[in-house]
Amino acid sequence: MPSIQLTFPDWLIIFLYFVFVLGIGIYLKRYTKNESDFFLAGRKNSFWVAGIAFLSANLGALELLGMTGMTFRYGMYVAHFYWIGAVPAMLFLGVYMMPFYYSSRINSIPGYLKLRFDEKTRVLNGISFAVMTLLVSGINLYAMALVLHTFLGWNWDISMWISAATVAAYVTFSGLMSAIFTEIIQFFLIWFGLFLVSILGIIEIGSLQEIFNRIPEAYNTLWSTSADPTQNGMMVTWGGIVLGLGFVLSFGYWTTDFLVVQRAFSAKDLHSARMTPIVASFFKMAVPFIVIIAGLIALVLSQDPNSGFVLLEDGGQINYDSALPLLIARYYPNGLIGLGVTALLAGFMAGQAGNISAFNTVWTYDIYRSVLNKKASDSHLLWMGRVATIVGIILSVGTAYWAKSFPTIMDYMQAIFSWVNAPLFATMLLGMFVRRITPNGAFWGLLAGMGSSFTLFLAVKFNWIDQGLITFSNVTSDMAANFWRAWWAWLICFIMTIGISFFTKRKPDSELVGLVKGLTPDASTDHFPLYKKPGFIALISVLILLFLNIYFW
Amino acid sequence: MDNQSPKMKPIWFFVGIMLFSMGLIVTLSGVYDLINPNASTSVLSELHPNIWWGGVMMIFGIIFYVTNKNETVN
Repeated sequence: MPSIQLTFPDWLIIFLYFVFVLGIGIYLKRYTKNESDFFLAGRKNSFWVAGIAFLSANLGALELLGMTGMTFRYGMYVAHFYWIGAVPAMLFLGVYMMPFYYSSRINSIPGYLKLRFDEKTRVLNGISFAVMTLLVSGINLYAMALVLHTFLGWNWDISMWISAATVAAYVTFSGLMSAIFTEIIQFFLIWFGLFLVSILGIIEIGSLQEIFNRIPEAYNTLWSTSADPTQNGMMVTWGGIVLGLGFVLSFGYWTTDFLVVQRAFSAKDLHSARMTPIVASFFKMAVPFIVIIAGLIALVLSQDPNSGFVLLEDGGQINYDSALPLLIARYYPNGLIGLGVTALLAGFMAGQAGNISAFNTVWTYDIYRSVLNKKASDSHLLWMGRVATIVGIILSVGTAYWAKSFPTIMDYMQAIFSWVNAPLFATMLLGMFVRRITPNGAFWGLLAGMGSSFTLFLAVKFNWIDQGLITFSNVTSDMAANFWRAWWAWLICFIMTIGISFFTKRKPDSELVGLVKGLTPDASTDHFPLYKKPGFIALISVLILLFLNIYFW
Repeated sequence: MDNQSPKMKPIWFFVGIMLFSMGLIVTLSGVYDLINPNASTSVLSELHPNIWWGGVMMIFGIIFYVTNKNETVN
């Protein structure tokens, strides 16, 4: 495919974006006076700001390209990632878990583990999170350079270094606040830059119903083909979707991954913190109207030989991630091309900034101050946060070059969340709701969960065991294996944590006040009118979720 | 933050400026395409999406700007 040609207005829009994000970083620097400003954005955000940032931290360009491509490959089942695979977990975080997180005034998720359990559990999670974040950040950078090189013909090194330097600059200036500001700008750029693809695709094909009419049933329903894995594109049963994706992977990511939860910590009060993921759930449910619709449009067009629409191929393999850029190239005239490219750039850079701002916090609080310099002053921690930002970016660039020379690392990255987050969710769930869980139970259970997930990944990848053993089906896919592996890792951590807790010393109740259900006053919302109560807003979100699932059943 | 510093503008103010300025560029590109019909060969270019989509962006930009120009973050 020839590179997408950019005209003067396209370049002008891209230039404006860089001016905006750097300008905002410089503008916010004067308001970043202490470590709380840098690491937690001064805890002054409304739930609208924190909620959109909460969603956007997960809405990177890799996600947009990948999910559109996955829809082309698997069909409507990909919508499960946005609906059952996100919304219940986000609501659970807002309604039940946030009071424990926010009220304990912690700076990070590992910080909660320190208070609830002990230092070693905190450091285990802090190190695994920091490594995971840097790897994801580097892969993100590599993927960005690859997309820009493939579709725009840009120089690999220059595009990577310019974007990395820009992110380093504005995160070093003002930390989480500038990361949140750019995530909100990214949110609007993605909607205005990419939603038009769906609109124009529907206009070209005729209607949304016509799109569904032209694709096979295995690709155009959500649940009706889930009893038999041979009947749906993802080759997964409803059990895998509900237990693996809807429960473990989803709850593991949305309730414990500090990258997203950090945005809620930046809220100005407990009510805003609780509303943050609840507000985000509404926007999350809307994202399929960009990525799923675009993926289905690409599928319909590719089945019509007269459309001239064909996905790219790399070494004989279909490049599914090319679906969205090819649709942008198909529909967007001058000016809009620049907007679409800027939306993808913003997605990549905001994703990078999100990872780095989470990394600098966990490094500074949970590794540096916890292990290396326990007496560090506030001003020293602020300085360390800025140093960690620059070092983190350099390490990300190094990871990106590593990924370039060793592309199969991408295969491993797909599974990394189930190594770290799936078992952590069992630890958090038990820690918050069962006071009998002990520090040693949590530590060894978490270690066993992470180790088993990693071992299962290797065992399936290198055919040491049959994949059907963990998926309960002879017909299966990598995606189905991901879902089921997460479930087993969670279950192993859950059982090990409970078992070891029976034989080890628990913390006294006096040290668990504010951290565990039953020892923490309920977050009263009696003084709020009904329409402002987190529980009521969450109920509306649940009803919309049910409607979407029934409508597309 | 000391009391001498000017109050921080909310992010919505900057979103307004950004949407308006980018929408203006997109719309002007559409007007150029209208005057020079062969300038763009994209599918459905006859609908001139850059004109009306840029217009939508400008409207949203103006709304965000006007409703937040006097607002500050405490």
